[in-house]
Amino acid sequence: MNPTDLALQLWPAAASATAVETDWLILAFTVLTLLLTVPVFVAITWFAIRYRQGEEADRSHGNVRSVLIEISWMLIPFLLTLIFFVWGARLFFISKQVPGDAMVVEAIGRQWMWKFQHPTGQSEINDLHLPIGQPIKIRMISQDVIHNLYLPALRMQMATLPDRYTELWFKADRTGSYRLYCSEYCGTDHSKMDGTLTLMTQADYAAWLQNAGAQQGGQAGAGRVVYESYGCGACHDPGAKVRAPSLAGLYGREVRLADGRTVTADETYLRDKILNPNRQKLAADYKQVMPAFRNVIPPDDLDRLVSYLKSTGATAQQEAQP
Amino acid sequence: MTSGTITDGPALRDPHTPDSRIGHGADYLHAEHTLRSWFFTTDHKRIALLYLASITAFFVIGAVTAGLVRLALVVPDGQVFTNDTYNKLFTIHGVVMVWFFLIPSIPATFGNFLIPLMIGARDLAFPKLNLASWYVFMTGALFTLASVVLGGVDTGWTFYTPLSTAFSNTWVVPALIGVTIVGFSSILTGLNFVVTIHTMRAPGMTWFRLPIFVWTHYATSLIFLLATPVITVALILLIAERAFHIGVFDPAYGGDPVLFQHLFWFYSHPAVYIMVLPGMGVISEIVPAFAQKKLFGYKFVAYAAIGLASVTFFVWGHHMFVNGQSDFASVAFSVLSFAVAVPSAVKVYNWTATIHKGSLKLDTPMLYAMGYIGLFVLGGLTGLYLATLAINQHVHATYFVVAHFHYIMVGGTVLAFLGGLHFWWPKITGRMYIEAWGRISAFLIFIGFNVTFFPQFILGYLGMPRRYHVYPPEFQFLNILSSAGSTILAVGYLFPMVYLVYSIWFGKRAPANPWDAKGLEWTVPSPPPAHNFLTEPVAPKVPYDYPLQARETGRQHS
Repeated sequence: MNPTDLALQLWPAAASATAVETDWLILAFTVLTLLLTVPVFVAITWFAIRYRQGEEADRSHGNVRSVLIEISWMLIPFLLTLIFFVWGARLFFISKQVPGDAMVVEAIGRQWMWKFQHPTGQSEINDLHLPIGQPIKIRMISQDVIHNLYLPALRMQMATLPDRYTELWFKADRTGSYRLYCSEYCGTDHSKMDGTLTLMTQADYAAWLQNAGAQQGGQAGAGRVVYESYGCGACHDPGAKVRAPSLAGLYGREVRLADGRTVTADETYLRDKILNPNRQKLAADYKQVMPAFRNVIPPDDLDRLVSYLKSTGATAQQEAQP
Repeated sequence: MTSGTITDGPALRDPHTPDSRIGHGADYLHAEHTLRSWFFTTDHKRIALLYLASITAFFVIGAVTAGLVRLALVVPDGQVFTNDTYNKLFTIHGVVMVWFFLIPSIPATFGNFLIPLMIGARDLAFPKLNLASWYVFMTGALFTLASVVLGGVDTGWTFYTPLSTAFSNTWVVPALIGVTIVGFSSILTGLNFVVTIHTMRAPGMTWFRLPIFVWTHYATSLIFLLATPVITVALILLIAERAFHIGVFDPAYGGDPVLFQHLFWFYSHPAVYIMVLPGMGVISEIVPAFAQKKLFGYKFVAYAAIGLASVTFFVWGHHMFVNGQSDFASVAFSVLSFAVAVPSAVKVYNWTATIHKGSLKLDTPMLYAMGYIGLFVLGGLTGLYLATLAINQHVHATYFVVAHFHYIMVGGTVLAFLGGLHFWWPKITGRMYIEAWGRISAFLIFIGFNVTFFPQFILGYLGMPRRYHVYPPEFQFLNILSSAGSTILAVGYLFPMVYLVYSIWFGKRAPANPWDAKGLEWTVPSPPPAHNFLTEPVAPKVPYDYPLQARETGRQHS
């Protein structure tokens, strides 16, 4: 499910009252900006034409050099813009006062994926399903560098820091699916650290929580998400640019290695192969190109990934049987 | 030609025109001819040309990498470059443009060339230190360039921790050492300017007879002196953190990653005014000259320069509204950032008032100046959007920010730089460029710039994060538009590189004062003699003593 991707969208979707008010704030500020700048631009252009050298024009000056003019064109724009400082600060304070009845969702940022955990225990990666009509507080932390959870439809973002918890809260009032991003540059795959925020009615959300396990396909389903988030498919999927062995049906099969040995692709082999893929474990006829995932993939993700690889083996074996 | 004192040599090699200037002392370009006389010169004008050549080369590197970034963003799926290459490209672009072009650009070239001429001095206070600054600058810049070419850096120009200290396996340390070294060049230049402006003014050149160009460079030098040491310390701490895990920034060793952002922006926000103030100085010279009218509200504009330099030290926290800074600090930094608008508004309204009832010549420098005012106003006001807390929560680190700071930093520096280059080109080289080509370049750059960067305001508000190599397909149209604009911009930049260089050999000879401009630099021959003044300079009674003055009555027809 992808958020709408119109070829030319000129205003982002707003999914909360705060988002709508932020839009009003920026619209009103733009009106003031135009009031302050258009006269300057028109004046410069007009003067440039009217007072061109050689044009006949009245170039006499009255006693225009007055301190009053100068102070007024400093202070009036400043005071006018201060209205927007106050308005912006008010909205900011509202977005910092978390209501007591907010539902708490935990978020972890990590190179390069988001992990979310619902209060009832279900977790998801990169995607986030949430109910509307209820204040939600996302409490977040980073496992490595600074990331930034950005929810454009709610006009909200907040950094995730490696050393301490930060939070943001919102109350959405429009269902739909919207994008979520990491907006603080966090290294190589920064631009792939995104996902989908799905806002649903309370009833749909409750149903989703019920089915979350089934939807995710249990441990193996979660492993599929891990497989995608680490970009394994870029090499291992059929038709991938880099030639690497297909993983479908690998589990339990015999694998011929580059040094002539033959091993069984059991769980130990798969784990070793992911953590430290090359050297003695290189499969025959393939180049030594896979990066080692030791210290990269955390143990819980490795468990899920291996479960997923085992499940593809099972499927392939079932299909092979008549 | 031999080295030594040649009294009447032609401007560089010129097969066509016989020399017409006889009887003056040798101009600074021809006083000596050896390579040694250039690389060991202590003449502020020659050092300015050394800088001009260096920063032009760095600008080309920065522009080419920008072009490659825009090329990559034509497609949303990131197929043009790998993620790693893309990250290194935008890092080179940022590092080179900010540290090796924008910050030194106007002060090191025009500041060096003009401050002594404008105040009636024979040179800067410390000529050897001035030469040393260039060597320090080149050492640092080449150090960093070598590291990005040999190994590459992918941290972005901001080097945020702990990405830069613990997670990036690129050549961060050598790149940082280079940037740290370049900082010392800024400090030395600032010191030299401050001492020169204080002690070497000609008799009668009081503070309120100084051109605004000198005032803005004085203000800039104060930022150089007070802010640069902070980034030096921050970068040295970063290097130490990365090399020895001293635990200042990395939470794994008890450090605080946000501390780096505070130190970084304590310099890097004022650095925006290192870029913008000298640009304002250039525009404040061009506008009166091409309106033939006294600068409106001279004293207010001078005070505004000092005011801007002061206020800019108190706004760094607006870079951290969503980065875990306290809410109270955010509100304080928000309102202080609004205060920057006051002195900025002074300048813009005063330039406009200067044009009013002037006698306008729309030559190339003036076209650049008018383009500058437009871009600066848009850049400045969108800065207020970013200073507004609730709007910042949405557009922080999106393309809105990219658009804003390009309007301020490119609009506010590059257009002023090009305007100044055309304005003082006859003085610097003794040659005129071809006016029609100049006007075309000004139009191309103005149009190309707006087509490139205006769509990015919309992209940012739609929610496209910056530094994204792969992006959602709905953003493609605006990205294509922006990339198309950058092509026009690139063509606009190529124009001056061709016709200005052409004019060095084939341009018409420039008179001492081709624009009927006021200011001491226009009283000496073009190019100026090696020691600036042939006779004792006499400071004007009033600055900007143009024929059209406020309070003047009666009709004026040209």
